[in-house]
This record gives sequence, structure tokens and C-alpha cells, in this order.
Amino acid sequence: MIRFKVNGKDRSFDGDPEMPLLWYLRDVAGLTGTKYGCGMSLCGACTVHQNGEAIRSCTTAMKEVSGAEITTIEGIAPLHPVQKAWMEIKVPQCGYCQTGQIMQAIALLKENKKPSDEDIDTAMSGNLCRCGTYQRIRAAIHQAAKETA
Amino acid sequence: MSLIENVSRRRFLGGALATGVFVLGARVVSRHFWTDSAQAAGVFQPDLFLSIADDGTVTVVAARSEMGCGSRTALPLVVADELDADWSKVKLDQAVGDPKYGDQDTDGSHSVRSFFDQMRQIGATGRVMLITAAAAQWSVSAKDCTTEPHFVVHRASGRKLGYGELASAAAKLPVPKKEEVALKPRSEWRYIGKEGNALFDLPDIVTGKAIFGMDATMPGMVYASVEHPPVLGQKIKSYDDKAALKVAGVTKTVAIETFKPPHAFQPLGGVAVIADNTWAALQGRKALKIDWDSSPHSVYNSAEYRKTLEATSRQPGKVARNVGDVDAAFAKGGKIVEAEYYTPHLAHASMEPPVAVVDYRDGKVLVWAPTQNPQAVQETLASVLGIKKEDVNCHVTLLGGGFGRKSKPDQVAEAAVLSKQLGKPVKVVWTREDDIRCDYFHSVAAMYMKAAIGADGKPTAWLQRTVYPPINSTFDPAAKYADDEMGLGWNNLPFDIPNHRAENGPADFHVRIGWLRSVANVYHAFAIHCFADELAKAANKDPVQYLLDLIGPARIIDLEQKGDEAEEAKTYPLDTARLRHVVGIAAEKSGWGKRPMGKGRGLGIAAHRSFLTYVATVVEVEVDNKGQVHIPNVWTAVDAGTVVAPDNVRNQFEGAASFGASLALFGEITATNGVIDQNNFHNYPIARMNRAPRHTEVHIVESEAPPAGVGEPGLPPVAPALCNAIFAATGKRVRELPLSKTRL
Repeated sequence: MIRFKVNGKDRSFDGDPEMPLLWYLRDVAGLTGTKYGCGMSLCGACTVHQNGEAIRSCTTAMKEVSGAEITTIEGIAPLHPVQKAWMEIKVPQCGYCQTGQIMQAIALLKENKKPSDEDIDTAMSGNLCRCGTYQRIRAAIHQAAKETA
Repeated sequence: MSLIENVSRRRFLGGALATGVFVLGARVVSRHFWTDSAQAAGVFQPDLFLSIADDGTVTVVAARSEMGCGSRTALPLVVADELDADWSKVKLDQAVGDPKYGDQDTDGSHSVRSFFDQMRQIGATGRVMLITAAAAQWSVSAKDCTTEPHFVVHRASGRKLGYGELASAAAKLPVPKKEEVALKPRSEWRYIGKEGNALFDLPDIVTGKAIFGMDATMPGMVYASVEHPPVLGQKIKSYDDKAALKVAGVTKTVAIETFKPPHAFQPLGGVAVIADNTWAALQGRKALKIDWDSSPHSVYNSAEYRKTLEATSRQPGKVARNVGDVDAAFAKGGKIVEAEYYTPHLAHASMEPPVAVVDYRDGKVLVWAPTQNPQAVQETLASVLGIKKEDVNCHVTLLGGGFGRKSKPDQVAEAAVLSKQLGKPVKVVWTREDDIRCDYFHSVAAMYMKAAIGADGKPTAWLQRTVYPPINSTFDPAAKYADDEMGLGWNNLPFDIPNHRAENGPADFHVRIGWLRSVANVYHAFAIHCFADELAKAANKDPVQYLLDLIGPARIIDLEQKGDEAEEAKTYPLDTARLRHVVGIAAEKSGWGKRPMGKGRGLGIAAHRSFLTYVATVVEVEVDNKGQVHIPNVWTAVDAGTVVAPDNVRNQFEGAASFGASLALFGEITATNGVIDQNNFHNYPIARMNRAPRHTEVHIVESEAPPAGVGEPGLPPVAPALCNAIFAATGKRVRELPLSKTRL
């Protein structure tokens, strides 16, 4: 039995310990805000926080989250300054990758209160957006940084 | 034109509109669906609804799919503007697939342009009826009343009644004739063309509540993942599922029959692994052992195929457009310039791979899917399952990107076949590998260009030939010519050249070919605008000035079109003044000719009209000493006529710059013995934040012209402008994509 927390709630899992956290979250826990995009840590759509750090849930096996605190987009409440900035700058087009982008951006701002363009590029380049909203993502992170400063 | 009817008391209303007290229905008449017989029969089929509940909630049916282009928001916004509704009190009800809504195929960048007038009309009709209801209540003349958002106001007394309070009275009124309904003058628009407009689904998107196809569920559903034939058309000889069935969570395997040609939107075939979660299905799939039959398409090798395309492009082809006499002009001499261009297949790679949930029960089907075309879902499932299309109830979720891939519902057909066989709801989830290897690919294309330049530097003759497997091969395996696609940037060159011929050569298909954002415009604009830049160099002219010279004086070009295209040309004539205008803006904003360029830096331009929108793009590149290309800036000028949501339009064109950078820098799908060589983002990269254009500036031309497309037209100019910039920076010509094929 693997015991862990998701968005503050105690959870346990006794299925395949190799199952990626992504599919547990989506198919078992019904938390569909975390998205499947590639299954190989190449796109970042599945980004969640493990003990506050951004991880790719598509390549994180359930056995690796034993005792961990997992936070998904559903656990970000009330509205985070990053989400507010995303809305003000109207970042999304289709929106599918954006929860992963937001989780990555929140983790970045926790580490680095005032990231430069280069810092943002480095932190965010693992997160793909096929609609191509990168310029707005960068602007929204700068804006959120100002508000959290 | 709309036929609007007050259907407030009809009993058939369901869903979100059932709470409405005042409900307007309209028959959306689109030219594709209009038949005289339906009109003559006087059959009223209400298909667009606007309802107002007594609490003031306005519900508008959104009949077009949302994949990020904003049409789900834009059209209801138009209704709300003419209704003079408070947008915060508007809800959307996503329509199921049904021909009564007119064309629901959300492609071709035509949602706003096809439905703008109807949306205005129904909103304005509702407003007139609300005013009439209020005037009656106050015993005043309707002429003395006006509206402010969600209220009717009596001008003289300042009395007000809310739309909710008026709903039941309005519901009893006859619908005014079209002549009695005045549309708002542009100056009174509150939402159309305004900056504040945001996507309706934005709050749900940023909180993870938005429901995409990947997130849809049905009670009791099982998960399926399908191992498809590696080569198009292969059938299963035999398969061994013993190991697959041992995987915990796997319950069953089901063989899906390979399509009989034409493949159209039928399932590819293969073996489905059924499980109680996605992960188990994927693991089971890995354990399958399948022996595949042969396919005629296993001869497909991209390197050899390229040679065939190029050889065809050097031979005369079918004439798509002829002006003057190109051969006679070439015979007269002048400076001859020739060039060949090549672009590979591309995969759509929308962030959400194809997915669908289907429940087949007693000859009726319930679908939840991220589809651009719910009516194609109805038709495909009816055909594959042998049922009536009216018995296919297709609900449309949000789409995690579409780009044309999701107008083809083959994955929905897979889920339907499986649900019928298993007797329970099935969710088919495609992996990224399935998505990239089994796409309906953007065509590989070879283009041959030849021009003769006169003493003044302008071409006296211009010949262009394009060769590529046509989209029509998806529906007709014998199709070799792209007749239906010549309007996509090939038979409408807007240049002032006395002798011009556009040709198309034949090509065989070996993979499924389909529409991808901007379709053939992508490679056609690439060849035309790279070639224009080559001619500018040959003529020793500045590329912007040369492009303006090529376009020539302001005029309307008559393309001698027939049928639908001729009809369209009446509303949307090809106007070179508008093309010249966007070229001028893009050049000016980029500081063309004035901007200081260091070593390895350069600017390039391209201008292309597609989906009736005029676009000019200047790209700035920086080529570093390792030959890697960076894109610090893109300036795009857009004349899309009347624009509903300008910020969203800017977002579309910013995105197009990034999509264009992806295909120019990395985009390449190849095949070896019929098997696609790429399968995920490591070998089919798309631009990441650190390689996408750093800064894209979009300038929208203020225009009162009818609305044109915005989802696609940003893409075609990007790759040629980028390659022209590379020439300016390095003196090296790029004649094939992706750029990684050319040593810089």
C-alpha cells in the first residue's frame, strides 16, 4: 500500500506501483486538470508539484510518491497570482497545456522571486505549447512576479 | 440570411435552453446547405437558439467547435452585442452535431465570416422584441425606448426594465420582419472589435476545470488503446495476446478490421487492448505480438519519393491558371532564374492527442469527443456501424488543439466499433506515438519555379509547378492531382506579371493525407515568396520594394473563378491595395532599411492572402556561429476585415509565428518502408520557448470590410520570411525545409 497526500487529502494506492502518477490522478482520482501529452517528460502538460517542486507526473511512478505531498492544479486555491496574470494577459488559446505551464510557473516563482527572461526560458522550456502562447506566458510570469514581490 | 422564429412555447426544447422563458430559434442558411426544396417546403427547423430566462440569464447556443481559435466565444459575443446583453450574464450551450445548425465543420477559418451576419440578426431581433415588450408595459412608443446592457430604458422618464423581467412578455410577441430590425451602427458596438474580450472558457482553463475530450467520462466505461498497423492498409495475419491479458487491469483484446479503401475517416484497424485504466491498456499493448500482412504502401521511402516528386515537377503538369503566354515570353529571353523547393510531411501534434468516449446501445450512439466536425462523426459512425446518422448523438468537448487533425474522426469510429462489440462505453486514448505515426499528414511537396526578368528587373514570365499527394486521396485512392486545392495559394498569385502559368503535377499517396493549418498555402507561400526574394536579388532590388513591384498597382484581380469561389469573390474581391497596405505596415514596423543589423542578423519578408485575409510578415533572424537560427522578432500586419476579438486575433498570429518557426526549424515526418520514422517530441520537435520567436508584434488594420479568417492565415508567410531573413543574414539560400537540412 502506497500512502501519500493529494491536495492535502490522505490517499492510498495498492495497484501497480509502476503506474505513473499521471494516470492515477486522471483515471483513479478523477483529477483531470493534469494532462497527458507525451508520456516521456517531453512536453510538461502533466506537471504537478511533489513536495512543492515541479515534476512530470507521466514519468513519476506511484512507488516514488510514497509519503509525498502532491499538489495538482485543483489544489491551487484561492486563485494564485500566476493564474490571475494568465487571465489578465489572456494567455491561453486551446488551453490544454496551460495547467502544466501554470504549475511550472508557480514552482519557478517559489524558487526565484524575480526571474529574468533567461530564467523564465530555462524554467519553462520543458513545457510545450502547440498554439504558441510563449510570449504571453513569459509576460504573465513577469506580471505575477511583480504581484508576489 | 436568417429565418427567425419565436419558439418560446415549443416543447422540444431541452438542455440549457429549457430554463429560458423567451427563446428565439433561427434557421442558419449557409450556402452549402441551402436547398430550394427545403425552402419551398416551408419547413422550419430552428437551429440556433438564444434564450432569456426570467432571472436574466441569456443562453446562446455555440454550434462551432473550440480548439483555441476563439470561435465558441466570438459568435455568441456578436449575438450579445446586438442584443445589448451584459456579457457576464451570458452562458454558452455547446451544440451537438446536427445538420440543422448548418455547416459545423470548424475548419477553413470561416466561423466568424460565415455566421457573423446571422448572429447579428438574431441578437438584434431579440433586442427589438424586448423593447416592444417594455414599451407595451409602459404604454409608450417603442421609438422612445432604447437599451443599455440587459435593460430596456424609456428615454424620457428614465424608467428601466431588466431583460429577465421582460422575457415572458417578449415570448408572446411575433417576430418582427427583417426590415423592422435595425442592426446597431458600428459606433455602438460594445463587444465587437473591443479589447476587453476574453475567451469564455478562460477561468475554467486556468483552474483545470475545463473539460477536454481527454477528460470526458461515462459511467461504466472501459479504456482502450489500439496497436495500429505500422504501414497504412496492413491487415492482421495473426496475433498473440497471452502476455497482454496477464497485465493487471487488462480485461480483453479486440481486433479491429482494417478499412476497405478509401480509408476516409474509417478506423485504421489493429488490436485494441481493453482495460480498467489507461496505463493498464498501454502496458497490455506493449505485450501484444502481432503478425501483420503486407501492404502496397510498404514501398514508401521518403528519400526516393522525393526524387519522384522532383522529377515530376520538372515536367509539364495540369494547368491551374494561365495568363498570357509564358513559353513565348521565355523564348524571348531575358535573365532566366530557376529554383526548386521542397517541404516534407508534417504532423499536427496538437497537445491533446485524438481521444473519444462512445456508448453504443441498441443501434443508438452517444459520443463525447474533441471534434472539429460533429456532423462528420455522425456520418462516419452511421457508415461504420450501419445505423442512421440521426441516431448518433455527438457532444463536442473543448479541443486541446485541432489544426485540422480533429476534423477527421477516425478515433471516434474506433471507439464506436469497440463499444458495439463490448456492449459498454469505451474511451479510446491515442498516445503521442499513435498521434504522430498515424496522422493524416500535411503533404510532402516539391515545387519548381522559373522566371524571366526584363531590363527593369520585373518578371516578364513566371512559371510555377507544384507536385504533392492530394488530400482527395483520402477519399479517392485514384486521386493524383490536387484540383480542389489550387485555390490554396496556387491559382491566385496576386502579382502583376503579363505571362504567368501555374501547374500541378500528379503524385501517389502512401500515408493518409489531410488538412493541416493553412493546408497547401504553407508550401505554396514558401515557394512563391522564397522565389520572389531570389528574383529581387537577381534584379538587384530591395526585397520589400521588389515585392510591392511584383504586386503592382492597386486593383481588383479577377481570377475568373466559378461556383462558390466566384460567389465568395463578390464579397471578398482580391484587392491588391489591401495586400500592399499590409506589406507597408510590416516593413515600417520592422524598421526595414533602417534597423541596424549586426553580423549574422537579417530581415526577410513575405506576404500572402489566405482564407480571405491579407497578411505580411517580417522576420528577424540571428544566425549564431554554430549555424543555429534564433528569431528575436516577428512583425505581422493583418487585414482580416472586421475583427470581433482583437486580442484573440493577435494571439492567433503570435501563435502562427511560433507554429511557423516549428515547421521551418524542425518539422519533418519521413517514412522508411512505409513506417513513419518519428513518434514523439524528441524526434518530431516543436518550438519550445527558447527557440520560438522571442517577440511577435501583430498590427491589425482597422477595417469595415466583411470579416475574414484569423486561425490559419498567419502561418503561410512565416517560413518564407524566415528563410529570406537567413539569406539576408548569411547569403545562403534555403530551398528546403526544415532548416536543419541546410548547413548555415
